[in-house]
Amino acid sequence: MTGGIRTRAGILPAVAANWLRGAPSVWLFTVLALLPLAAMQGAESYILSLLTRALIFAIAALSLDLILGHGALVSLGHAAFLGIGSYAVAILAAHGIDEILLQTSVAIVAALLFAALTSAVSLRASGVYYIMSTLAFGQMLYFFAVSMSAYGGDDGISLEGRSRLLGYHVLGSDMTFYYVVLAVLMGCYGATVRVVGSRFGRVLNGIRENPWRMRAIGFEPFPYQMTACAIAGVMCAIAGVLLANQTGFVSPAYMTWQRSGDLLVIVIVGGIGSLWGAIVGAIAYLLLQDALSSMTEDWKLILGVILIVVALASHGGLAAAVTRVSGRARKEP
Amino acid sequence: MTAPMLSIKGLSKSFGALQVGDNIDIDVTEGELHALIGPNGAGKTTLINQLSGMLKSDAGTVVFRGEDITSLNMPGRVKKGLARSFQITSILPQFTVRENVAVAAQAGAGSSFRFFAPVAGERHLNEIADDLLTRVGLGNRISARAGSLSHGEKRLLEIAIALATKPRLLLLDEPLAGLGQQESEASIALLQRLKADLTIVLVEHDMDAVFALADRVSVLVNGRVLATGTPQEIRSNPGVRTAYIGDEEAA
Repeated sequence: MTGGIRTRAGILPAVAANWLRGAPSVWLFTVLALLPLAAMQGAESYILSLLTRALIFAIAALSLDLILGHGALVSLGHAAFLGIGSYAVAILAAHGIDEILLQTSVAIVAALLFAALTSAVSLRASGVYYIMSTLAFGQMLYFFAVSMSAYGGDDGISLEGRSRLLGYHVLGSDMTFYYVVLAVLMGCYGATVRVVGSRFGRVLNGIRENPWRMRAIGFEPFPYQMTACAIAGVMCAIAGVLLANQTGFVSPAYMTWQRSGDLLVIVIVGGIGSLWGAIVGAIAYLLLQDALSSMTEDWKLILGVILIVVALASHGGLAAAVTRVSGRARKEP
Repeated sequence: MTAPMLSIKGLSKSFGALQVGDNIDIDVTEGELHALIGPNGAGKTTLINQLSGMLKSDAGTVVFRGEDITSLNMPGRVKKGLARSFQITSILPQFTVRENVAVAAQAGAGSSFRFFAPVAGERHLNEIADDLLTRVGLGNRISARAGSLSHGEKRLLEIAIALATKPRLLLLDEPLAGLGQQESEASIALLQRLKADLTIVLVEHDMDAVFALADRVSVLVNGRVLATGTPQEIRSNPGVRTAYIGDEEAA
């Protein structure tokens, strides 16, 4: 922990100490709220759209961090929920329903069903077999999307425009859409932090630590793990709804297992279990990917090297690195 | 005569060709400390695993407080008041010492499907935890990370965790294993105090502790109950002497 906070606790009121402890996420969201203003200076709508995309992936990564960081459930099929959310938008839009609240409700119900079905089976296995089974379910949904020829099949389907909110075309503005995405991200972050610190979160973390210990005090892991998977699935499906709106295009590629792998990398690079690290990880990963791919064809090679360096150099990912640096800075007089 | 609190009848277990529990009958009376002794491989831990619901039995029944619990799983048995400690320390290492006990208290204090209120602020859970930790002698380690405790402290934490489930019967699997002389004496004193309020089944290799604490002793050899009786009866039982205690003295 940061020694700085403790030594200053006598001087600073408790509120300020709390604010300092919450600092990483407070700073993060402040910067994210101001960024579009900076982007506006250069009139770079491209940067705004890239940032929006990064925040959408941050929501998806955050949801994965709930089950990975706090439930030790390594899912290689989490992108399936991105697909569920984006296909809810595309399919409903194809039938003339472009109200985002309705699309989101359908996405949530579909995500709950898929999460219940898949985790009821997958959670019977553990370790590598759990990973394999999430992979299998993810791929099943992927091939199902490929087979939906009425909705573009393998080629995907273009949307005519962004969804409406309560009948209004407010999401059409890139700037407004960015802030809507940011608001959803902040809401998801706040909710996840609360869940992790709740009774439920404590049981989930206990199961991650030692499932037999938890059984021996009266907790059967399954219902808790399944509920966590459902919460994470719903959150990721909401990210999918936003993703479809951001790109204006939906295809099975959103739910490939490589995409699930990207989410895992984002969470690990960001710092497993820290929650806000998943947000930092998503932004870093997408910006890096974008910068490298504009420089060279072989960007994946460079990205790989960078990821290995981050993995080896920073125990606990970017989140731990930031905490270490800021802890050191605060110790200085 | 009153019905026993825990009644084990014909309990058997084998792993492949290896029969580790062979038609075991034991009755544990309410309020007693019943020790299970026997050489390594006699099937003591397997029996504890069967009683706690961690392992399914091949045959036989377990009746606890008049109710057949043979088919209940581990969390189900804990809710009936049957708690255990583990031979190999089993705690939540990243949790604080207090959280380890508070989460056990939480299991018996309403639903844990609560998603928003901060659990760290639930004072009654923390109070239960702090009381129990003081009782087992870990009152000064409440905020430490459980993984950072010494081996002896972890053994005590295990007992506090088990107590937090409000058990009627405690299954203790070698609580003294690996403890130093002083720690061992402190733990024996603790068990002496616990035994006033609780029924305890104790697996232990330390014979001095067993004979000091036990009201009755069952001797397990090769998965069978060789004898059950008071410490005096067991000490003077010639069969036990040759099968077990004799071995120890010869060794």
